[in-house]
Amino acid sequence: MSGAGMGHLIIAPVVLPAVLAGITLLFARNRPGLARALAGAGNAALLVIALVLFNAASGAGPELYRLGDWPAPFGIVLVLDRLSALMLLMTAGLSMAVLLQAMATGWDRRGVHFHALWLFQLMGLNGAFLTGDAFNLFVFFEVLLIASYGLMVHGGGGPRIRAGLHYIAVNLVGSTLFLFALATIYSVMGTLNMADLAVKLRDLPADDVALMRVAAVLLMLVFAVKGALVPLHFWLPGTYAKAPGVVAALFAVMTKVGAYAAIRTGTMIFPPDLPATGPLLGQMLLPAALLTLAVGAVGVLGARSLPRLAAYAAIASMGTAFTAIAGFGPQAIGAALYYMVHSTLAAAFLFLLADVLASRGAVWLDGDLAAKGPRLPGPAAALFLAAAVACAGLPPLSGFIGKLFVLQATAPEAAWVWPVVLGGSFLMILGFARAGSNLFWKATGPAPARPLGLNELAIPGLFLLALAALSVLAGPVSDWMAVTAGHLVDPEAYIAANRLGEGA
Amino acid sequence: MQGIGMEALVAGAIGIFTFVGTYLMLRLRSFPVILGLTFLSYAVNLFIFAVGRLKPGADPIVGQTEIPTDPLPQALVLTAIVISFGMTAVIVMMGLGAYFETGNDKVDAPPGKDGTPEDASDDPAGLEPAPEARQ
Repeated sequence: MSGAGMGHLIIAPVVLPAVLAGITLLFARNRPGLARALAGAGNAALLVIALVLFNAASGAGPELYRLGDWPAPFGIVLVLDRLSALMLLMTAGLSMAVLLQAMATGWDRRGVHFHALWLFQLMGLNGAFLTGDAFNLFVFFEVLLIASYGLMVHGGGGPRIRAGLHYIAVNLVGSTLFLFALATIYSVMGTLNMADLAVKLRDLPADDVALMRVAAVLLMLVFAVKGALVPLHFWLPGTYAKAPGVVAALFAVMTKVGAYAAIRTGTMIFPPDLPATGPLLGQMLLPAALLTLAVGAVGVLGARSLPRLAAYAAIASMGTAFTAIAGFGPQAIGAALYYMVHSTLAAAFLFLLADVLASRGAVWLDGDLAAKGPRLPGPAAALFLAAAVACAGLPPLSGFIGKLFVLQATAPEAAWVWPVVLGGSFLMILGFARAGSNLFWKATGPAPARPLGLNELAIPGLFLLALAALSVLAGPVSDWMAVTAGHLVDPEAYIAANRLGEGA
Repeated sequence: MQGIGMEALVAGAIGIFTFVGTYLMLRLRSFPVILGLTFLSYAVNLFIFAVGRLKPGADPIVGQTEIPTDPLPQALVLTAIVISFGMTAVIVMMGLGAYFETGNDKVDAPPGKDGTPEDASDDPAGLEPAPEARQ
């Protein structure tokens, strides 16, 4: 390993949760206090490591970590660059806050192995963000998925398990497609190292172009399943609405794995200026993204329960993110990154709030059922208003700034983007206004027996602070994102970091 | 001629597995769906194995035969087999769980009878239908 760089710290975000999860599984099965301590300490350590790596990646170029010191492309490598460092930091921060909320609401004690699964989930997420090998990306996808299956049905119950069955079935099909795509790529290129693929694809023989186009589209389909793009989004509303609220909040970063993988492949492996695929991927993603935004907005307007409203808001935010990603240019990717950070925070905020409200019986948004709902205190209503402002993209919170960046980055020929983004925002404002007035103004039931305490509203409040900080610091943050997008669109430094020639 | 026969056989097998898997996957009961997913994973495993090119009598070790075959697809397919095996185990458990908890193995959520909203079980507190919807 290089002496001056981060050395073995690069693999710590994968190894640390894996080891802690094993220990939790073995020794903390019947000791909930110990499990909490292990998961909490591990998550705090991950946050510190992510901060150190983020700082290092911001200052220096991409850094390589060879597993077993085998040279790329023969061995598997991890690559720390600005994008992966950003995703690591976002994951660690989100998961720390949500884990504290899980402890505050007692969700983690409603079944065994919550903390072990949580740590395995983090291991899979971190690995997916760090790896520089396409097959290894598949493996980490499976790690994070299998942990998410367990977390999704945490707490049990028939409807939840049935929703879990749908979720697993859809993702198994996605995994199969992923394998078909990877095998096709390997059969043509003879390599699965991402940087090596990027180099070799530039001189692709004309005979193989058709196969690689198929593989590229298959790959993008898989990421579209993960990112819940219409028409591959059907798994999301049921899964997110039925999952425990804290788990749904963590899952806010799962859809971003799809977005991350789409950005990575679409800027480095199949960039728009590659002769073999050209602008094909962007052309396919943009209509799907706009449709996703529209479906999400209509879903927000039509949702009959609060968790489902939050799920459709998550779908709409993925539509907006992919609208920017489909541009694959420096400005568009920069806008997408800013919006992704915002939408992760906003979606987690809304899911946590929905969970706290639903635990007091405030679930239904329909006229009759909503009228029987409990009367809720002012702070909860204020937080809901803030979450609605964040999710719908109204000023002053960062959703507005993010959407502004996305609209600024749209190409002039993409005439549909402005009306769909603005119309979708309008529908979401209506949907949230309806939900809020039904939940807080029309509810005539008795106040909940267990009053809403500050301990349960503190973490959602923290998310509001984070969103406010993202708005206030929009200038420096978007500058940082712009530099990151510049590196992504011009991946020579990433490719050079892989030191491909050394193994030959 | 012999090589072409083998290629046709493998390609045909992958196609048939994919066809059967896709058909079963679209059924309405969880058991055929799981079988379909298993068939799909067989298809993709064969496919990965075949991308290293089909060479009779070639070892995946350099120096053992004149022209060695590519060892990497064999490593990839082993990984894929292990993962799909684990995933199948998980979905079988989940299918059983859904069967025992809800009393049937239908993939669909129960239809919305007598005005029951189809998302009636969204209440994450107890995952019970709303009192009005339960009658």
